[in-house]
Amino acid sequence: MTNTTPKPEPLPQPESDRYWEGLKNEEIWLQRSKATGKFQFYPRQISISDPESGSCGVEWVQVSGNAELFTFSIVHAAPHMGWVGETPYITALVQLEEDVIVPTNIVGIEPEPEALQIGMALKPVFDHNEGRQTLLKFTPA
Amino acid sequence: MPNIQRLKNLSGQAHIVGVGESNKLGKVPEKSPLAHHSEAAINALNDAGMQMSDVDALFTAGWSTLDVGEYLGIQPRYTDSTSVGGSSFVIHVAHALAAIAAGYCEVALITHGQSGRSDRAPIPRNPGTPMAQYEAPYGILGPPVSYAMAARRYMHQYGEDRTRQAMAEIAISTRKWANLNPMAYFKDVPATFDDYHDSRWVAWPFHLLDCCLVTDAGAAIVITTPERAKDAKNGSVTILGAGEGHDHSGISQMPDLTRAFGRNTGPQALEMAGVTHSDLDLAMIYDSFTYTVLVSLENLGFCEPGEGPDLVASQRTAPGGDFPLNTNGGGLSYTHPGMYGIFTVVEAARQLRGQAGERQLEDCNLAVAHGTGGLLSSTGTVVLGAN
Repeated sequence: MTNTTPKPEPLPQPESDRYWEGLKNEEIWLQRSKATGKFQFYPRQISISDPESGSCGVEWVQVSGNAELFTFSIVHAAPHMGWVGETPYITALVQLEEDVIVPTNIVGIEPEPEALQIGMALKPVFDHNEGRQTLLKFTPA
Repeated sequence: MPNIQRLKNLSGQAHIVGVGESNKLGKVPEKSPLAHHSEAAINALNDAGMQMSDVDALFTAGWSTLDVGEYLGIQPRYTDSTSVGGSSFVIHVAHALAAIAAGYCEVALITHGQSGRSDRAPIPRNPGTPMAQYEAPYGILGPPVSYAMAARRYMHQYGEDRTRQAMAEIAISTRKWANLNPMAYFKDVPATFDDYHDSRWVAWPFHLLDCCLVTDAGAAIVITTPERAKDAKNGSVTILGAGEGHDHSGISQMPDLTRAFGRNTGPQALEMAGVTHSDLDLAMIYDSFTYTVLVSLENLGFCEPGEGPDLVASQRTAPGGDFPLNTNGGGLSYTHPGMYGIFTVVEAARQLRGQAGERQLEDCNLAVAHGTGGLLSSTGTVVLGAN
């Protein structure tokens, strides 16, 4: 049986348009505080490490997407109709070199606990879907 | 920062005088969520020896107090729709204490009703929220996936095998309590360690028996002044201490996956109450997942971070054990309609009033009820004392 229910589609907001546009071009753009130098994920109107500077306090920086596995789960029970027939799949939180945590999927690897080690090196994969937003996934480096 | 001296003055200035569930819990497709609110409200008011017309303050979550007040036919003079997930109703207890002490109201009604299993309407979602943009498209949605990733991180820090054993201990001891509760979904279904390890994977590292039920249920609590509590039909319970707060919404924004906000609310509630952990006779800890209990016990200060597996070892938390935990059978084995927190307070009140039937603890004078909401996002803690 083919699953026809679409997965939830993100709706970019004015402060996140640049992030989502970047992924379409296979570029990863993050916000960094001008005052503290700290990166943040996800994009916001303000820097959470320097909120008083308002929108003037953040700048956009392109980053490599090199990351380490921070934690993961292997999902067996589809949490939404969009994943019925696609389990098991790997969800993860990955830590980018810029010290931010990004929620994602790990692809190109068996969905088995033994295949995943916390701390393992990862590189980005851009998952383009016709007519939908490009998703930022990761695979072993 | 909270002013502990002022909080100590607030301690004890309101009492729980009535608690109740809706008439039937579990699979109840013949009743709406608001029907559960109304049944539970009537049962709690009956327990208190009060009527709907006595109520002058209304607290609820999930639904607006506008909808619940209208459905119940009441016109409250004080309302609070604080909705931060399943911990909300524990937080409402603290808010009712403050509102009554301040003079805004005299009889506070907290209601809950949810048809987690049978609701005819899906939960609407806004695709522009941060969680909907950055987590949901990757299948990180619904509680099991998020809590499972937190549990996996805990295993990495503190050891996979001992974490697994602790989660199994919690699942099995909680089931034993449910076997003593006539209202429990798994009243007549015992479970063994083999059953735990053999149950299917939901979201690794979670087995099915690591995960709470999904049921239809309601509950309610009536809180009033110490003066009016003297007339309570079935006795009262004093609200001694409280704490609340949150530090993220989506799991990817949690500052530390092994330390939830109970690290703040637990110590505050105990200090306000003027008690220590060794004084407590009962811990009612929101168990959305076995991991939630493990991390909550550490956060509340029952032990140091990473020592939770030793605390719950060898069925200490089961009936007859020296650390009674979740004596109603918990969200894991009694009921869990989606936002379970209110049931931790209902059971604590029953134990403190000596009305817990076959599962009644011998000597129960002081209890802590601790709710966790969202994706380990918010917590609310109350310390309750027998009268």
